[in-house]
Amino acid sequence: MSTYPEQFRYTKEHEWVQVDGEIGTIGITDHAQRELGDIVYVDLPKVGAVVEQGKPLGSVESVKAVSDIYSPVSGEVVEVNESLADAPEKLNQDPHGAAWLVKIKLSAQDELSGLMSAAEYKSYAGAE
Amino acid sequence: MIREARTHVSRNEPLLFELSSPGKKGYQLPELDVPPVDAAEVLGAENTRAEIEGFPEVSEVEAIRHFTRLSTWNYAIDLGVYPLGSCTMKYNPRVNEAVARIEGLAWAHPYQPEPLVQGALEVMARLEAALAEITGMDAVTLQPAAGAHGELTGILLIRALLESRGNPRKKVLIPDSAHGTNPATAAIAGYAVENIRSNERGMVDVEALARIVDEDVAALMITNPNTLGVLEVNIRKIAQILHDKGALLYMDGANMNALAGITRPGDNGVDVMHLNLHKTFSTPHGGGGPGSGPVAVKRHLEPFLPVPRLKQQDGKWVFDYQRPLSIGRVRAFYGNFGVLVRALAYIMAHGGEGLRNATLDAVLNANYIRKKLEAHYEIAAEAPSLHECVFSDARQAKHGVRTGDIAKRLIDYGFHPYTVSFPLIVHGALMIEPTETESKRELDAFIDAMISIAREVEENPELVTKAPHNTRIGRVDEVTAARRPVVRWRPK
Repeated sequence: MSTYPEQFRYTKEHEWVQVDGEIGTIGITDHAQRELGDIVYVDLPKVGAVVEQGKPLGSVESVKAVSDIYSPVSGEVVEVNESLADAPEKLNQDPHGAAWLVKIKLSAQDELSGLMSAAEYKSYAGAE
Repeated sequence: MIREARTHVSRNEPLLFELSSPGKKGYQLPELDVPPVDAAEVLGAENTRAEIEGFPEVSEVEAIRHFTRLSTWNYAIDLGVYPLGSCTMKYNPRVNEAVARIEGLAWAHPYQPEPLVQGALEVMARLEAALAEITGMDAVTLQPAAGAHGELTGILLIRALLESRGNPRKKVLIPDSAHGTNPATAAIAGYAVENIRSNERGMVDVEALARIVDEDVAALMITNPNTLGVLEVNIRKIAQILHDKGALLYMDGANMNALAGITRPGDNGVDVMHLNLHKTFSTPHGGGGPGSGPVAVKRHLEPFLPVPRLKQQDGKWVFDYQRPLSIGRVRAFYGNFGVLVRALAYIMAHGGEGLRNATLDAVLNANYIRKKLEAHYEIAAEAPSLHECVFSDARQAKHGVRTGDIAKRLIDYGFHPYTVSFPLIVHGALMIEPTETESKRELDAFIDAMISIAREVEENPELVTKAPHNTRIGRVDEVTAARRPVVRWRPK
């Protein structure tokens, strides 16, 4: 079974965000990588791109399908996990850690209150 | 030493490169009877070479046998059920081929003057009229080369109309049950894509739609029936919501084989739609012949259709290029003409009553499969099925078997797999579309195989997860193939 870190906030589209000050680190959940299957390609925005909550910020391609990644928060991309370009399999191995996708400088902290807690997400993902 | 003798059908085939042996050839050229030309002198030495490294050298019979053996590995609609959902793999009647080979049609050249190709133009005009009648639309262009090309043409028509009204708008709405090409079409036409979720019946949620549609929305692209095989029964209400805000309704007509002869999109508020002649109208798919994706429109979009348009002048067919509002050509010449001939042959051979019967049989066949398999596989949407039925692998997943495994096991039973893991809104989808082609005997054989596999999943899941067992190659490493593709053979 998947475990879900308490310090993350979660979206219905299966992304997570961990906020440290004004920077949010974003990734896809373990549940998401399990559903997608073997991931073969990750398409991420460039540093400096402005993203909006709930809008696509990139996509992941698995052997089954291409899926959009929806941004859990609005803001500006300040760092991109370049290592995923050569090793997309990391997303299957460590989606909550080494395979974070981007870091975003948050423009609206209050958006976080609309996201799910670990307990809420766990029951949401379990029911799906 | 005697080695195990096997027929070629169960033997693997080397690559042509591996069969090669130096000096062999499959041709014999006659004596040169014109003055020789030095290629290096004429083309420049940097553009010529004496040897192509690794080019295979085989005899004629070796080349013939190689490709003939490979051809026996194919699965085709001429061998059995081809139940790929969404693809509509119906039989391609041989009479279509006979008609397409009529000398005057097969040898017509697109640069021939109009007075010399009146018959070919008449074929196109009649097909346009037939498709307009079947869809309930006012005008048809035959240019687009396939379905997704038709979609793009349709959305460009919408953009042109909205621009002529002063504002092309920003967004195209697409239900999550639509065909996967729709979002790409909207994006390439310069629109932002907004997804809308289906309700629990597997249909567009009309109330939710009414809340989203505003002056920024250019169009909704709806697939009807949608990829769950479910009819969007609220289509008129949906059209009304869009039209009230000045937006248009695009219908992806890839599933028109569930509607032809029964109901007409044009009567239900659709402004523009495409058809796939290689689906509903029985022309060959993909490698078997080019596709064709005609676009049908209502009167208000007609001025924008691609040039040239066919018109009557003094009792003759001519091409009209004088259409200032046209979006221009979308395809060289007039579309995939040979395919148009086949589609018209199909339509005329059936007649109105025949097309209606084909639709009814396609729906009947899909529902027969649904009914027979419902006890063994989880149906994805409660709403009635039309031309295809979609199951999920929920029951099999409990035994560690997924839809892709079941599909591979189906190969062992001698059938082409159904469509795997699509639509994405269904967890582990099995999407089955038998078409009207299949007899009850053939359907029963397919159903027996599916039920037998469901039993294997419960009794011996490994048999299924390790399938196929009866093919030359079993499980290929699709993950490495996708992550680190090798797209060219190189000598070792």
